[in-house]
Amino acid sequence: MRSLAVDHLDVRHGQLQAVRDISFSVEPGQTLALVGANGAGKTTLLRAIAGAHLPKAGRVLLDGGDITHVPAHARVARGIALVPEGRRLFGSMTVEENLLLGRTSGRAGNWTVDRVLETFPNLKPRFRARAGTLSGGEQQATAIGRALMSNPDILLLDEVSLGLSPLVVERVYLSLSALITTGVTIILVEQELGRAMSVADKVICMLEGHVVLESAVQALSREAVTDAYFGLRGRDKPHAVIEATP
Amino acid sequence: MTDALIQGVLLGGYYALIAAGLSFMFSVMRIINLAHGSLAVVAAFALFVLADRFGISPFLGLVMVLPLMAVLGWLLQRFILERATRAGALVPILATFGLSIVIDNLLFQQFGANTRSLAPYIGDLSYDSWQITDDISVGKLAVLTFAAAVALLGAIQLFLSFTQLGRAVRATSEDGDTAGLVGIDARRVNAIATAIALVSAGLAGLALGTRATFDAYAGGPQLLFAFEAAVIGGAGSVWGTLFGGIILALGQSFGAQIAPQGFLIGGHVVFFIVLFARLFIPGSTFRGRLMTALRGKPA
Repeated sequence: MRSLAVDHLDVRHGQLQAVRDISFSVEPGQTLALVGANGAGKTTLLRAIAGAHLPKAGRVLLDGGDITHVPAHARVARGIALVPEGRRLFGSMTVEENLLLGRTSGRAGNWTVDRVLETFPNLKPRFRARAGTLSGGEQQATAIGRALMSNPDILLLDEVSLGLSPLVVERVYLSLSALITTGVTIILVEQELGRAMSVADKVICMLEGHVVLESAVQALSREAVTDAYFGLRGRDKPHAVIEATP
Repeated sequence: MTDALIQGVLLGGYYALIAAGLSFMFSVMRIINLAHGSLAVVAAFALFVLADRFGISPFLGLVMVLPLMAVLGWLLQRFILERATRAGALVPILATFGLSIVIDNLLFQQFGANTRSLAPYIGDLSYDSWQITDDISVGKLAVLTFAAAVALLGAIQLFLSFTQLGRAVRATSEDGDTAGLVGIDARRVNAIATAIALVSAGLAGLALGTRATFDAYAGGPQLLFAFEAAVIGGAGSVWGTLFGGIILALGQSFGAQIAPQGFLIGGHVVFFIVLFARLFIPGSTFRGRLMTALRGKPA
């Protein structure tokens, strides 16, 4: 069980500052939902935590240790795994090969190919199929399975429902709920507020690179999140975190 | 005609052997290593020195030369190609072009302009043959070279398909950024891939030295044959490399049937026909890969 924190993080895409002075922490076993409109900086923040983007300023801390300059592959070995937006599977490789690649870091743990197939039974008949030929739901299951094969302590999920039918999203979230019970720490980027709030312990809402709302889910109303999501609150003082009112 | 066909196929084995490393590096790192032929000649000279000065058979010499080639490949990637790649997609091409000139001139400085051969050090094998019919015989060395090419390409195929490192190589080749996110150290994978490519160049050096003569500047023509075979075979396709080598050699072999000087011209004609077909046929994977290599990694 590991804790993760980001401390005054700034991340740029060229001239564009996508993440501005963001700080938060996630406790072991907690599920954090990062919500916000398109362009809010959620994906960039998640990729910075995974090591795919080098921040311009600030730190990423794992159990209090600074991993800001640790490369992405070494972060996987330390227990951080990202399910990227768009799945990013290796399309010419089979489902089995994609899953086995998740074992590259060699981290010990309970996740095996068989267990992934038990968690995502829809992958069983497609086990030897090339990932590029899978449906959206099968691809998402493979991407999550690949991340789980690295036996992560902290799982970063970027837009897992994007482009999927409601039925498939339902299945993916059922699997996620089962994952949460295993004690893995999860940071979930999601645009669908209801979905995010149904599984999260804590919600952070981002707007234009800033955190505009941070609260435990039970202390939060849907309206407060919606307001923050659309910039109806917090835009005038973007550097401040708005306290949620139940 | 049958003889030309058989000799062409067997010669294709040599071209596949020298093209294997070039094609492998292109498929994994999208780097066209213009020093590949010169590096094969380095291996040939190393085997020559071991045979000439220490009496070590070229085949036994591989035990020493191939690990050295692997180390050279690792260092080449870490200290030259990796840095060159950071500077832009075309810089590695210029860097390897420069490296080939440095290697050729260092070899010239060390060994002079005299041609060398490993044939005197392999006994009867250099000229022994099997008589198939009254008109057709096949050289044992040519068959051995062809078998070595098949074995090398088969080993590469097995490595890529059934080992974790091989899967990592394929993943890095397909999407280096995502490979990092699943725990693959792309720097290490690329260094290993270059080491493998140079080991194959070492084998090609043995084949070159035993079947023909070589000198300090022999790298250029070998690179040309390797490049032509790799392009005909689809640059990056394991068995396509063997296919490309055979097609190139058949072009040369049948070209020589028309006129003695048609040997090289026949090969070049086949190469250009395939090249233009690959470049101008819409949706060609070769075209896409080449454009990616020249423009840099896709966004």
